[in-house]
Amino acid sequence: MKMHSLKKHRIHSLVACLLVMLAASQLKAQDWVHTGTNLGADRIRIAAADFKPVGADPQVPALKATFDATLYSDLASAGIFDVVSKSLAPQATPGSPQEMNLAQWSQAPANATMVAFGSLSSDNGRLSVLGWLFDLRNTTTPQVLGKQYNEAASQDMARTIAHRFADEIILRLGGGINGIAETKIYFVSTRTGSKEIWVMDYDGQNQHAVTHLGTTALSPRVSPDNSRLAFSALGPEGWSIRMYSLELNRMVAFPAGIAGGSNFSPAWSADGSKIAFSSARTGDSEIWVADASGANPRRLTTFRGPDVAPTWNPRTNAQLAWVSGRTGEPQVYTMEQDGSNVQRITDSGYAVSPSWSPNGQLLAFSWNRKYGPGDPGGVDIHVIDIASKNYIQLTHESGSNDYPFWAPDNRHIVFERTIGGHTQIWSMLADGTEQHQLTHTGNNYMPDWSWK
Amino acid sequence: MKQRNRILLTVAVLLAMLTVAGCKKKTVAPPASEEAPPGTSIQTPTAQITATPAVVSAGDQVVLSWKTTDATSVSIDGIGDVPTSGVKTVTPTESTSYHLLARGPGGSADATARVTLNAPPAVVVPTTTVSTEEEFKANVQDAFFDYDTYDIRGDAQATLARDASWLASHPDIKVVIGGYCDERGSNEYNLALGQNRADAAKNALLTAGVAATRIRVISYGKEKPFCSESTEECWQQNRRAGFTLDR
Repeated sequence: MKMHSLKKHRIHSLVACLLVMLAASQLKAQDWVHTGTNLGADRIRIAAADFKPVGADPQVPALKATFDATLYSDLASAGIFDVVSKSLAPQATPGSPQEMNLAQWSQAPANATMVAFGSLSSDNGRLSVLGWLFDLRNTTTPQVLGKQYNEAASQDMARTIAHRFADEIILRLGGGINGIAETKIYFVSTRTGSKEIWVMDYDGQNQHAVTHLGTTALSPRVSPDNSRLAFSALGPEGWSIRMYSLELNRMVAFPAGIAGGSNFSPAWSADGSKIAFSSARTGDSEIWVADASGANPRRLTTFRGPDVAPTWNPRTNAQLAWVSGRTGEPQVYTMEQDGSNVQRITDSGYAVSPSWSPNGQLLAFSWNRKYGPGDPGGVDIHVIDIASKNYIQLTHESGSNDYPFWAPDNRHIVFERTIGGHTQIWSMLADGTEQHQLTHTGNNYMPDWSWK
Repeated sequence: MKQRNRILLTVAVLLAMLTVAGCKKKTVAPPASEEAPPGTSIQTPTAQITATPAVVSAGDQVVLSWKTTDATSVSIDGIGDVPTSGVKTVTPTESTSYHLLARGPGGSADATARVTLNAPPAVVVPTTTVSTEEEFKANVQDAFFDYDTYDIRGDAQATLARDASWLASHPDIKVVIGGYCDERGSNEYNLALGQNRADAAKNALLTAGVAATRIRVISYGKEKPFCSESTEECWQQNRRAGFTLDR
């Protein structure tokens, strides 16, 4: 469904730009690469008008404030727009196409080529939103999009409707790639005293705990259909792959993930039918695969030393990347899902935590290129083009960075950053720009971006 | 020879002096003894000491009360010189025997009062378990590793050999080997590395003849560090295969 459409669409301009940069230069260790997404590819200049409040319901002003702020933020962080700042936008709040004055938005200082606008009302506990997207260069038939939403009147739903409308706009203007405004980020947090699995909206809103196990839970991975959450947890007999049903709101069985007491780092295949994970049930940690039901565990690797942190190629669903310590310090490798055709991707340093990009071409991972005793070095997020092995460094001189994970739009990456012993979740565009801190309380680790 | 002669001469002179001194003190009473004849004017000292109460909990006060006769100096071990009779309040921190020694011209006498401290209820553990645990800790040492490796180094080899021989002589004991890593690098990779460290220690015990059924391994990666400083000393403390009793 969503993955199906992802397979079909063209490489987005950002990725194209990134690949051009990758191919263009042999990058040196200390290079700071500035690959703005507005370089080489034009960003669409879009304005988000404040929505027109309709009716006398006392809830409307607060709902409208949340809606306007969320829509603006979603468009601004999409990575494909140059959003007209509120200070340059006209004061007008056109509530319908009839009230829309195109010239007012297309001329200076707004200079927009697209404008989103509409109205918001609340009645008998229902929130109603009418939203339009107009192409200001097409004065005869400017309407690109017209949407109507009706939900229970609450702050949460005001945010949700704004996310849905933003995702419609992004889908329409962003080369057919679904927006991520309705996605979630799962992560590990110490806020309740032990490491539990938490979840938040993609923009850091609405953070709450999923598990309450009171032990140590790590490596959350949500299933492609958002129905189940796999993770590893420490119990009296060691580490198991555990499964939490997000539909039943309770733990469910995953029999394949128990044996040996040393099962870590689960990873879903893109079709949701298989889970790869690391297990030392044979006495040495290897990559295993089991059916999503927890049946049929089978071993893929046979290398002495640590083998951990698998990630599937989400486009082909037929290859995996993972981390192996068989030559000493950990390196990133790829293989076919039957364990054949092992390829080493990184050539040196300490390379861990690979995440395969939705378009199948790139691996994001954490790399310390000069790692060694007495030399803490820089631990930074890198992206490597699997075909050419060219790479770029996305984080620079800001703490220690690990656990990158691609957003389903192929444009964003979420990761953990440790500064002064405090670890928080950050997101950024896949070129390293627009880095935003999403968590601020406790220590937070190992983010996992939902598939849709 | 010359040296020995000089020593002999010294001893002879000393003996002579002692003999002379003994003669001079002939009028003085003979040294006190149990066999001292009754009716002698100089009495042998007597001593009594009591502790109230005799059984207390930690932090409780105890009243020591003592009296003596025919004593010129009286002391209590741990307290020092005290009057020939008196009362003193003490707060023992462990079970204690208050030993009183009274000395006088007629000899000495001693007396003892015992105060027993009740153990706090939380520490009610069968003595056998405590001693097994202590014995285990004293004899089964952890094995330490170099950075980012799980190879058993020389010192760890010797440690594991001693561990194995102690375990061989205690066949009822089962162990859990925990694999630990320093703070550097990723949690997931360190869990796998810690697993390899614990397995390496397990294999060393298996090779030395310890039954596999007696050993469990759990990797803690960098999730449960022994210390949290970013120093090589601390990192070394955290790179280990650690042994605990499996109950």
